[in-house]
Amino acid sequence: MAGTQVNPTRMELTRLKKKLATATRGHKLLKDKRDELMRQFLDKVRENKRLRERVEEGIGAANKNFLLARAGMQDQVLNTALLAPKQRVSLESEAENVMSVEIPKFTFKTRTPDQNDIFSYGFAFTSSDLDGAVQSLADVFPDMLALAECEKGCQLMAVEIEKTRRRVNALEHVMIPELQANIKYISMKLDENERSTQIRLMKVKDMMLKEAHGYDDPLN
Amino acid sequence: MYKIGVLGDRDSIYGFAALGLEVFPVSTPEDGARALRNLCDQNYGIVYITEAMAEELAPELERCRENLLPAVIPIPGVHGNTGLGINMVKRSVEQAVGSDIIFNQK
Repeated sequence: MAGTQVNPTRMELTRLKKKLATATRGHKLLKDKRDELMRQFLDKVRENKRLRERVEEGIGAANKNFLLARAGMQDQVLNTALLAPKQRVSLESEAENVMSVEIPKFTFKTRTPDQNDIFSYGFAFTSSDLDGAVQSLADVFPDMLALAECEKGCQLMAVEIEKTRRRVNALEHVMIPELQANIKYISMKLDENERSTQIRLMKVKDMMLKEAHGYDDPLN
Repeated sequence: MYKIGVLGDRDSIYGFAALGLEVFPVSTPEDGARALRNLCDQNYGIVYITEAMAEELAPELERCRENLLPAVIPIPGVHGNTGLGINMVKRSVEQAVGSDIIFNQK
């Protein structure tokens, strides 16, 4: 009961019983939700790990290529080469609902369909290392997008799982035991009241008999 | 229709401009924080951020974590992989499961 005062009335008892039924049902549902979220989360996080390793490796390699390209070219030339990009990426995002968690789903569109538009410079004055570097980055880009989608999904799901877990625990270890204890307390109290009323009535009956007919209790 | 931004030191990110992403070269954490906040308010779906910069902006990243968009994703910069990105994934696992059960299998 944890120190809370409850009114030992029949109305309170019905109310608490209803509350307990709701709590038990809620607990079961939340537990199912947590289990399913956890299953999907673990799948997703494994995928996330795999993608991240691949992306980190890809970007690392691309960075090395860029470093080489920079070494072979003047800074100004490089800056002008990448100053005005021809290609432009835009992103569409849909919210996908996974067990009431909204996770984003990305699709990207390039402005022009031509894959070679990532080379926004004339080839005459730039080193061929730059082409390779830009290409290696372009290769890793689809993975980067998948990583963004996956990682964000994981983060959002992790937050939701934590919340759900707390709710399940609160229901299981606090709410439900407390309600059960209260219900027990009230039903005991009601039974006790009923017994005491019974006894009182018997006593009154005895007293009234004695007064009317002079009967005495045979035991006295 | 969303845009994709890349945030970090110039050397690490200038290549992304060629792909058609929008690059925001920043050198100090203060500039980075300001730029990231700007991107969060604008129409950006994904913000890639170099790990070195992400480390400086941990509180800002924390703020973006629970929003649906933008997805702020750390990527390794030109100075190499600091392991921050994989640590963030680890943190998600720890938050969800209670202990790290994915990455400690060596």
